Amino acid sequence: MGTIFHLDIVSAEESIYSGPVEFLVAPAQMGEVGIYPRHTPMLTRIKSGMVRIKAQLKEEELIYVSGGMLEVQPDIVTILADTAVRSHDLDEAKSIEAKRAAEEAMKNRESELDYAKAQAELIEAMAQLAAIDKLRKRGH
Amino acid sequence: MAGSREVRNKIKSVKNTQKITRAMEMVAASKMRKAQDRMKKARPYGEKIRNVAAHMSRANTEYRHPFLIERDTVKRIGIIIVTSDKGLCGGLNTNVLRKAINQMKAWQAEGEQIEVCCIGNKGLGFMSRIGANVTSQVIGLGDAPDMTRLIGAVKVVLDGYTQDQFDRVYVFYNRFINTMKQEPVMEQLLPLTDERMQKEEQGNDKPKASWDYIYEPEAKSVIDDIMVRYVEALIYQAVTENMASEQSARMVAMKAASDNAGSVIDELTLIYNKSRQAAITKELSEIVGGAAAV
Repeated sequence: MGTIFHLDIVSAEESIYSGPVEFLVAPAQMGEVGIYPRHTPMLTRIKSGMVRIKAQLKEEELIYVSGGMLEVQPDIVTILADTAVRSHDLDEAKSIEAKRAAEEAMKNRESELDYAKAQAELIEAMAQLAAIDKLRKRGH
Repeated sequence: MAGSREVRNKIKSVKNTQKITRAMEMVAASKMRKAQDRMKKARPYGEKIRNVAAHMSRANTEYRHPFLIERDTVKRIGIIIVTSDKGLCGGLNTNVLRKAINQMKAWQAEGEQIEVCCIGNKGLGFMSRIGANVTSQVIGLGDAPDMTRLIGAVKVVLDGYTQDQFDRVYVFYNRFINTMKQEPVMEQLLPLTDERMQKEEQGNDKPKASWDYIYEPEAKSVIDDIMVRYVEALIYQAVTENMASEQSARMVAMKAASDNAGSVIDELTLIYNKSRQAAITKELSEIVGGAAAV
């Protein structure tokens, strides 16, 4: 110990890298950071760019990340890579879009939340499913 | 012999139906494998970010994120309902919607206001039909849930929470247990509960001394980002689980449909053969009767 640390690079959709490394360079928001083992705990945003990894007895490896977060613990480093290109404005636009779509869908709805109707509908569906089940069991 | 042709046609149509259900079963089976794969791949991210969030909730003292603060009064509730886009998957959506409706009814009886975010067409259709207050939606996610599509709808809910429109946020989805079993669940999303944070910490006996991260650029914005991503990861996971559940429920439902079609065909074939035999017997006895009369 002391000369290596564990590195995980994960995105929401998959795990990209996991293993012991000696040295790491990541494009942090305030400039590139190089990390050796026993770095002090740090949390920072990273920009899109190349992460350079040096594992023991191996060539340096380059992995592209499209931004994300970097967490540094003395012997564990985690990069949470984003799968989407993120920016405040983009996120805002998306949320407005989601709202607008919902409002559109709500235009022709009834005014009050009708639980009785909802339950009747669901109970009917459940009864149908139960009936199918029963029929199947009787048939065989 | 009028009946026998009808029976034959009926058999043919049931056979065609069976072909369709069988094809759908196979499609669902192959999609299910992919969906389960995707679900498994999404797990490491969820675990890692939970670790980070847990570290943070322990370490940091200078800034506490609103997602971590429990509110005393609960007046308004936001719920996220994850359903499938398409039907023909047994009782999957019905089960989760029923759970949601029962809960909503109980909440409303206590005088709480509810706003709904729908992920998936089926839930949206149902919620707008019954007149629930749907404030955001995403539909048509396809087979591979796309993080970019989810961000918008999730942000509406998260913003609602930070701007005090909601005091609590829950998520409803189908948890994937195995191919034969999926379970509708309700989970509290916000504020993030302590158990949720602690889950990952067992076996991780770091001294609980008062330490803190170095934050770049500054604590607040970094923590905000982590928290938002954490919640998004939780929702993404719920969506992938729901999708795996959907495909396996569909596979099971379609297999049942194919089996049922098989048994209907058997019955109809029996009827057809009987009527054919009856016709032959009748004809024979007519010939024999005629010969005897001569």
